[in-house]
Amino acid sequence: MGAKRTDFIATVIINLIVAAVVGILIFLLAYILIAGLPHVSWSFLTGTTDAFSGAGGIGVQLFNSFYLLVLTMLISIPISLGAGIYLAEYAKDNWRTSLIRSAIEVLSSLPSVVVGLFGFLLFVVKFKIGFSVISGAIALTFFNLPLLTRNIEESLSAVPRNQREAGLSLGLSKWKTEIGIILPVALPGIVTGIVLSAGRVFGEAAALIYTAGQSAPVTNFADWNPMDAASPLNPFRPAETLAVHIWKVNTEGLASNASQLSAAASAVLIIAVLLFNLGARVLGNFLYRRVTASK
Amino acid sequence: MLKQYSFEKTAVQTFAGNVSLAMRTENLQVFYGANHAMHDADLGFPKNQITALIGASGSGKSTYLRSLNRMNDGIATVTGKIWYHDVDINEPNVNIYEIRRHIGMVFQRPNPFAKSIRENIVYALKANGIKGKAELEERVETSLKGAALWDEVKDSLDKSALALSGGQQQRLCIARSIAMEPDVLLLDEPCSALDPISTVKVEETLLQLQKKYSIIIVTHNMQQAARVSSQCAFFHLGHVMEYTPTATMFSNPQIPATQDYISGSFG
Repeated sequence: MGAKRTDFIATVIINLIVAAVVGILIFLLAYILIAGLPHVSWSFLTGTTDAFSGAGGIGVQLFNSFYLLVLTMLISIPISLGAGIYLAEYAKDNWRTSLIRSAIEVLSSLPSVVVGLFGFLLFVVKFKIGFSVISGAIALTFFNLPLLTRNIEESLSAVPRNQREAGLSLGLSKWKTEIGIILPVALPGIVTGIVLSAGRVFGEAAALIYTAGQSAPVTNFADWNPMDAASPLNPFRPAETLAVHIWKVNTEGLASNASQLSAAASAVLIIAVLLFNLGARVLGNFLYRRVTASK
Repeated sequence: MLKQYSFEKTAVQTFAGNVSLAMRTENLQVFYGANHAMHDADLGFPKNQITALIGASGSGKSTYLRSLNRMNDGIATVTGKIWYHDVDINEPNVNIYEIRRHIGMVFQRPNPFAKSIRENIVYALKANGIKGKAELEERVETSLKGAALWDEVKDSLDKSALALSGGQQQRLCIARSIAMEPDVLLLDEPCSALDPISTVKVEETLLQLQKKYSIIIVTHNMQQAARVSSQCAFFHLGHVMEYTPTATMFSNPQIPATQDYISGSFG
């Protein structure tokens, strides 16, 4: 009876905790969506912002957020993939490796505002790149890297050792085994990690205020040449993102409907993150099925 | 208390007289750091026969087997000579990838890749430069037939190998190895994770395969050694104690250690 009762109580408590977590999430989502969605319209999503008051649509900011995310991922995924593979497969268990690991941990606990200021001083001022998409992407890469690297390393390490032996025993090189056999098995975990870090990057504001800037110059969406100053793809133009816009409208916005604007923008931000997560998960599963032929 | 046996008193035959050897080791020693795991193993393996390596856990038989295709590289230090086609493949400048294509290995736990059945077999072939679709298809069929798995999977070659039963997975691993067309097949307790019916199938497969390949199998199971092998080596605490024809070993063991081990009054 004692064991049964304990088990019952433990189960109830665990269920309650889960319910609380889910409840908080649903409450937050519902609050943001209910407050914001009524003010979202097509013209809001595609319109441009009045540079002085902050009123108007968020079309450019929305594009900037996605562009910055893509650029950040383009820089950080290859680097963290290399670092993760090194740590999981090639690094020997010695002081140098533990030094690298601690360095990664320290990097991951840097406050984003510090990363932002660092990016501002180094890229924006010292390298004279100015407030730009590329400065923002590099700054975001700094705190994206440790998360991604750890995630990739753990996903690779979770693949059973005997898979590596199987590859080696067939005369495959270590690299070929790694890329062709281990990586596909680790892919769903890696994609999940990328999704989680993408959410962070998408919602990040503090590090971008000083690097990507707080202005969203109107761009010419008919011009897709990255070299043109007015092109949305130009990585050297300042680019206020959605998250930065929300912060700005709330703190220094002069528009009369500032609170409605920020609520609507928040709702859009949340929906974008949710959609992105969902899409990447589907993509991860699809890739896994393709490479492993499993149903 | 473990019985003490003299490592001086051994009965190791060479088998080199009237058969040619697939491979042979000379003074093979294995060290895990300071731990001397394998002492002076001098064994020759006749071509197109099955040789069983038996012994208790920790006797060094798997360690020895893994040295034969250099799978101990980076894990243990292996000294001595491993002769294969008159080449000492324990030399540092030997191409270990090439060696492993000639000396295949199947492991204790079935370890198919998380890929389709077909891809499990062709992946390493493609990596080794075999591109022709017809040749790949043919290798898939012959290797699966060789491993007695073809009839069970021929209609589901594109299904995941992970969906197969343990015994089928192990036979797929054998097929994957023989698709490389090796000379020698090393098997490290291939049936210890399998049920008796799957074990019988794998053993039947091995008996067929010895026509084309020289097979060295590590096993805990003495009945298995008796059923499949032509000669048998008994390992004890990192020493080869006896290496004789299987019939001799099980009917007339030459030294007390072997006698005790096969009669079950060991240790």
